[in-house]
Parts: sequence; structure tokens; C-alpha cells
Amino acid sequence: MRYLPLTDTDRAVMLSAIGVASIEELFAEIPASARFDADHTDLPRHAGEMAVERELSRLAARNLSGAPCFLGCGVYRHHIPAAVEALIQRGEFLTAYTPYQPEISQGTLQYLFEFQTQVALLTGMEIANASMYDGATACAEAVAMACRITRRQKVLLSGGLHPHYREVTHTWGRPIGIAVAALSPDPIGIEDLIGRVDLETACVVVQNPGFFGLLKDHSALAAACHEVGALLVMAVTEPVSLGLVEPPGAMGADIVVGEGQSLAGPMNFGGPGLGLLATREKYVRQMPGRLVGETVDVDGRRGWVLTLNTREQHIRREKATSNICTNAGLGALAFAIHVSLLGEAGLVRLAEINHAAAVRLRARLARLHGCRVYPSTMFNEFTMMVPRSAAVLVEKLAARGVLAGVPVARFYPEFPELENALLVACTETNSADDIEALILALEENL
Amino acid sequence: MDTNNASHHRGLMLEEPLVFELGAAGRTGVDLPEPEDPVEDRLGGMRRKTPIGLPGLSEPQVVRHYTRLSQKNYSIDTGFYPLGSCTMKHNPRLNEALARLPGFADIHPFQPVSTVQGALAVMAALVQWLKALTGMEAVALSPAAGAHGELTGLMTIRAALEAQGRARTTVLVPASAHGTNPATAALCGYRVQSVPAAADGRVPVAAVKERLDADTAAVMLTNPNTCGLFETDFQAIAEAVHGVGGFCYLDGANFNALVGRVRVADLGVDAMHINLHKTFSTPHGGGGPGAGPVVFSKALAPFMPVPFVRQGAEGFVLAEHPRGRAIKTPFGRIKGFHGSFGVWVRALAYMLSMGIDGLRQASGDAVLNANYLRARLQDDLTLSFPGLCMHEVLFDDRFLKGTGVTTLDFAKALIDAGFHPMTIYFPLIVHGALLVEPTETESRETLDQFIDTVKALAARARAGEEAFFHAAPRHTPRRRLDETAAARYPRLRWRPRNHTNGLKE
Repeated sequence: MRYLPLTDTDRAVMLSAIGVASIEELFAEIPASARFDADHTDLPRHAGEMAVERELSRLAARNLSGAPCFLGCGVYRHHIPAAVEALIQRGEFLTAYTPYQPEISQGTLQYLFEFQTQVALLTGMEIANASMYDGATACAEAVAMACRITRRQKVLLSGGLHPHYREVTHTWGRPIGIAVAALSPDPIGIEDLIGRVDLETACVVVQNPGFFGLLKDHSALAAACHEVGALLVMAVTEPVSLGLVEPPGAMGADIVVGEGQSLAGPMNFGGPGLGLLATREKYVRQMPGRLVGETVDVDGRRGWVLTLNTREQHIRREKATSNICTNAGLGALAFAIHVSLLGEAGLVRLAEINHAAAVRLRARLARLHGCRVYPSTMFNEFTMMVPRSAAVLVEKLAARGVLAGVPVARFYPEFPELENALLVACTETNSADDIEALILALEENL
Repeated sequence: MDTNNASHHRGLMLEEPLVFELGAAGRTGVDLPEPEDPVEDRLGGMRRKTPIGLPGLSEPQVVRHYTRLSQKNYSIDTGFYPLGSCTMKHNPRLNEALARLPGFADIHPFQPVSTVQGALAVMAALVQWLKALTGMEAVALSPAAGAHGELTGLMTIRAALEAQGRARTTVLVPASAHGTNPATAALCGYRVQSVPAAADGRVPVAAVKERLDADTAAVMLTNPNTCGLFETDFQAIAEAVHGVGGFCYLDGANFNALVGRVRVADLGVDAMHINLHKTFSTPHGGGGPGAGPVVFSKALAPFMPVPFVRQGAEGFVLAEHPRGRAIKTPFGRIKGFHGSFGVWVRALAYMLSMGIDGLRQASGDAVLNANYLRARLQDDLTLSFPGLCMHEVLFDDRFLKGTGVTTLDFAKALIDAGFHPMTIYFPLIVHGALLVEPTETESRETLDQFIDTVKALAARARAGEEAFFHAAPRHTPRRRLDETAAARYPRLRWRPRNHTNGLKE
């Protein structure tokens, strides 16, 4: 077997060094009643590369990929430069562990330090951590963090927050007594968050651009939160927007969470993700997750280490700020490389292209019979009301090889008024042909 | 800098600045299309007012920067990585290639399920494998890592107890457990009660029984435990916790020692997470992404989180909403989207490659390799608990007594000898722990080389070469780093001179 180097001779020599007759003897303590019967199982025997390749390629071929794709909703298709994929596959990055021995992990530590800086710069915050699992869990962790900082337990979630972020935050908060109130889905931004903030509020969570695409200035909300000692948590599910839009830090956000996938890699059916978490320096000791810090070695040379470990589970056990251990190191690397390749000019240009493409598409879709589009301010995603069930429409278009968008009802089956709502995203990967195919397919099926 | 030439380099020891110190305005590494005719923007006056502050680099600069950084890392690809409890086994490249097939990489989580039947088939196949290997009833694939799986497991237990009317208050966790266990229990709202290990390194059923009562929600055990020992009282402990109406959680971080050998359902387990990045060979990536699916017993299966795959009349369907419960009720969802799909493809490729015969051989070889190291090193280092071990072997620092050399010094000296150190100072129940996990993907030649190196170092420690150890490592890109200063004056990002980023106070 190709991954197993021991030969029968090796095994015999080693067993004799140990002083046992067989490998089975090493498992003597396993109770007979719990032994796995490998002779009576339906599981297949080992296979060569070609057979495995064939089997998985067969499954991959049953998915529709490479089609005109206008789906967003927290996962975006962007072009990932070839250098990103090539570099993250270097074995020294790919097959290293968490950098517990800093002298032989300076590569990982330095890119994480660079990543932390990039995330802080993009979000307009003072500091960021070395990543979380994904945007939704980062959101839940930020809410728990805000409760620790304010010593309050009441949390308000905007109706413009991604439903998965909302659901995960509910899941997280409930056992530790966090009272999470979520407002109804709010496609056009009419909800009144400011009026609901009071002296018991730990934090308010908004998303910008919101789930329905709405781009909004949350400065007034931030001020209202701060007035009563509450924090503003802002989620960013499309970090490309930060190339063009005022960053959360400039709007007064206290904690920023986000999903880094859109700059890190392909859609991968939604996972693995790359959770972003940034905040103010004064809250650093309440942050979850790994942090890399600058220091010097015994020769006085600049270097990097994991730091402030006393927040973490391996030191603090049940008193830790979070139980997180593994995060998304390789995703953070991909993000860092892509952002480095883009640079200031590239990221701004990429964001402009996305915005312009979405604005143009929006204008064309608004002219389709019986359709309405909103909100009026947006980045690269918007909501379209179609004159029939969006889910049925999307199925019809998928059958023609066009992935038109995400029906809102997939998340909100209990809101019949959203049955006809479709979320449409447009990025630099949508060619002119894609757009014509979408419009033609819509015209024929509306 | 330790060199006095202009480049600061020395042979292949390359100094590499931060990416922020490399850039120049006007450079970019990506050619994007020229903007079309300008459109009237829909930003509503929220256009960014200050520059981001990112440097500009060309592609060759970026490629060289990250390639040089990579060369400052130790990895499985470059050498033996016997980090106990972390299972640093070979990461097959076939898995990487298959996860990148466009049919897997270029699909969106919210495409109509009719267009992702292959992806759902991958999920269903992985569930089938995990159920068959463990004998358990159901699998929640979505947790993103081991600790996230623990949280999922305990929340499911909590949901099941709440359905009985009372969530209970306490979770029992052995003193030898991973730090994530007590942290998870606390995150789930439970009080943690520690269970000490017996003199043989195992958790005795009597110590558990003493602490069980009607408030016990669960006991969390690791098996083999973090001392590398099989918990021989496991079934009795599971029975005892079931006796008071609690549940048995198994931390499956060490499932790689059991796969194809033990049917964990028959140990009395109610929930167990499986680190796909350990047992099933997906890469650790410098700290993730991983995946930590959780297998459940019949009693817990109805309470597990969404999403999951079901076979429908016209192919697979994806259950995305909790059945019969309002969305706001607790146990709906633990992660955004569906889970770490890219990791699942890799793990499935590994399972298909190894087959049941290969997986069984792998756990056998892993345990054989660990016992070989134990047998060959037990006269040089001090074995914490006598007798056979499972997939890892635990030593402590008694062999260093009186030498002035600590476990940390010993680990750093191993680095100079070309090896990644074992896990040190964990588990906490022995003094100056050295936990060695060779995995099944190491050859006898590598193990012998490691053994000879460790023996020679132990001899040098005994010979009084204290200074040699204190100065290690010498041959690394950086020598020992000042972690105290890093924590006292945290510098967590690069800052430009005179830079403001528009932050509002």
C-alpha cells in the first residue's frame, strides 16, 4: 500500500524488538465485545490512484460547474490567480502543523502576521486575529466576546444579517444564557435598530453589504450603541467590497467579522471557510483564536510567535475565551497571497469592476417584465422580485445551464412574502456571454 | 542581523522582510480588465475615503516572498514530525488533485440540489464510511474542526437532555484531557468537574462513579487517552454514566489508533468527533482548515444539527432546516453553509485509496511504530506508564533530573538535529511531558535515525552538557524567541510610520 512504508520484514524485526509476536497482540486490551470485524463489512478494499480518480471524477461530473453563475449569499466566485494555488500547495505550508515551535515555523508565523495586518487594514480596525472557522462562527464568537466585554447578555441581530450567521449565533448563545433577538428579514433597510438599543444591550450585529445587498452607513447606529455602552458588531461577507466601500472601522464598528473565502479560493460548495475577526486593541484579551505577535530572538533579530496564549483553551481550559484550536491557516495564506498580488491598486480596481458589473446587470434586470430590483445602494449583489416562485424559476434556469441566483425562500420558508425574491450577485467572472444567457433565459421563463 | 553583508543572506538562510516593506506604488501582480464606460455608482456616498494601505508588488516578487517564507517552515514533507496527539501523517497528493476538480471546487453551496447531486453523493459516501467504521447511527458532517465537533456533540447532548426536561449542570472531564474538552463544556454552559487519572495513567471507573449524580450531563473521555493508553474501563464508565441518565462523549482525536480495530458503538459511546485532518490524512495546513464530523448513537441522532443528506425519491436531498422545530430553536445550525466540503473530498479519496484493509493496517502500523519507539527508548528516557502503548508513547522529564536540562531544552536540541520535536508539556498529568506519535507513514529507517538521535542527546544531557542544550536551537532561521516580551507588549500587526486608517474612537 503506497502510503505505508513498513515491509513484512520491518514488522517482524520491530515486533521482536518490542517482544510480542503479532500486531494483534498490541491490541490485546481491546475488549472482545468491541472489536471491529474487518472480515464482515461491506467496505471496499484498497485501490490504486487510477481507480480512486475514476470514482471521484464520476461524482464531480454529476455537479453543474463552470456554468454562468450569479450566486452570492456569502460565497462568491472570483478569479483566483494561478500563483495563489501554486504557492499554497508548497508542502512546507500545506503539511505543517500549528506553529508551536516558532524557530522552525517562522514562515507560517510571518504570513499570519501579514494576514492579521491585511485584515486590520481592510476593515479599518486596529487588530485582527489569525482566522476563525468561517464567517458565521466568527459572528457567534464576536457576540460572545461582546457579552464578556460589556458584561451584558442582550444581543440584537439585524434582519439584514445572513440567516446562517443568525442561526449559528443563536446556537452559540443559548447555552451560555445570551438572549438573542433577531429582527425579521429586512430587504430595504427600514428596520429600527437604534430605537431598540438600551442599557442592557451587549451588542448589535449588522451586515454590510447586507444579506439582501443593502449598503448602508451605520455610523449613527454605532454612536447610539456607544452612548449606552453597547458594541457594534459588523459582518462583511464579501471582503472585495472593502476595496471600494468605507470600512467598518470608519463607521465606528467595535468588532468586525467576515468570511474571507471570496478573496481566498474557489467556492468549494461553501467550505472550508475563512473566518475573519478584527477589533480594537483594547479588547485584545477578550478575543478568541490565535494571535501572532512580533518579538526578537536571543540574537536580537525580529521574529514572530503565537502570543497571548493565556486566553486559549490549551492553557486556560474551562476559563478560555473560546474552545477554538484549529482555525483556517491555509485559507489565511491564500487570502494573504491574493491580497498581496492585488495590492492597493488591484483590489480597488477589482472592487470597481464588481460594482460596475452588478450595477449594469441590475439596470437590465429592472427592465424585465414584472420584475423589481432593490435596494438602491449596493455593492455587487441585489435582490430581484420576480413574478413567480423564485425557487421554481431557478430550477428552470438551472436546467438550461444557467445558475441565476439564490431564492430567499431557501432560508426563509416561513415568510411567504419572500417567495418571489431572488438574490443575484455579479462579479468579474461573469462574462458578457453569461449575462446575455441569464437575460435570455429569464425572458423566456418569467 | 547576524550577517554583515548588504543582503543579510547567508547561503540558503534568506532574510525576508514583511510584504509591507517590499511594495512600491504603481505595481500590481494581477492584470484586471480596463474599466468599461463609467456607470453612476450605487454606493450612496459610502465610497472609501482613505486608502487601504496595501503595498503594490508584481507577481515575481509575491512568488519569491512566499516561497522564501515557506522555506522557513518545518513540515511533514520535509521530515519526521512526531507531534503527539496531532497525528502528522503523510498527506497524499491525490487528495489535493481530486479536491481541485472543477466539479468539486467550482460549485456554489446554494445551487439547486438537482445540480449538485455529485457533491451530495460525496457527503452520503463519507457518512456511510464513518457509520460503518464506528457502528454509530448518524453523522453530522458540518463541524469545522475537532473542538467544533466537541461543541456540536455537547450541544446535541444538551438538546436531548432538554427534551427530557432538564439540561443538567455538570460534565466530567479527565485531568489528562485535551484543553478543548473543558473549554467546550464551559462554552456549552456546563460546570467542569475534573477526574484524576489512576497511577497507571487511565481513568478508573471508581473515580467516575464517585462524581456521577443526577446533575451529570456527560462524561468526556479520550480513547486511547492522551497518555497513549487504551482506557480499559471505558465500557464500565459508559454504563455508569448511562445509569444516571447522562451521555458518553468520546473525543475521537485518537481514532487513528482504533480505525478498523474497534467498533466504538460497542464501547457505549453516544457521540464522538473524528478529526479528518488526523485519522483521514487531510493536511493540517499550518493550523487548518480541518473538519470534525460527529457520529451519534440512536439516542442522540434525532437531536443532531442541520444540514444533512437524505436519500429522496429523485436523488439526494439536503435537509437545511430543523425538522418540526422553529428555526430559532437551539439546535439548528453550528456552522455556515454545509461544512468543509473540500476536506471531505480529500478524506473520501483517502478512504477509497486505503480501503478497509489499508485502514486496519494503518492503525496496526501506527501502534507498532509507537511501541517500537517505546521499546527502543525506554532505557534512555523515562517512560511515564509501563507496558504497551497505543499510537503514541508518553515520556516525562525524570531522565533529565539533575542535568539542568529541561524538556523544552531537549526539544530545541532535537530541532538542531533535524527533527520536529514531540509534543511537550502535554498531557499535564506528568511532569515535563514528551509525547511522541510517529504515525504509520514513517519507515523503520526514519524511526531508527530518530532513536539514535534521541539516545545521543539523552547521553549528552546525562554527561552534563547543559550549555549545549540551553543554546539550542542554533541552526534555525531564528533562535529562541522572547515570548514573554511578545505577550507583555503585544505587536500584532505591522504599522506604517505616521499612518492613520480612519478609525473612529
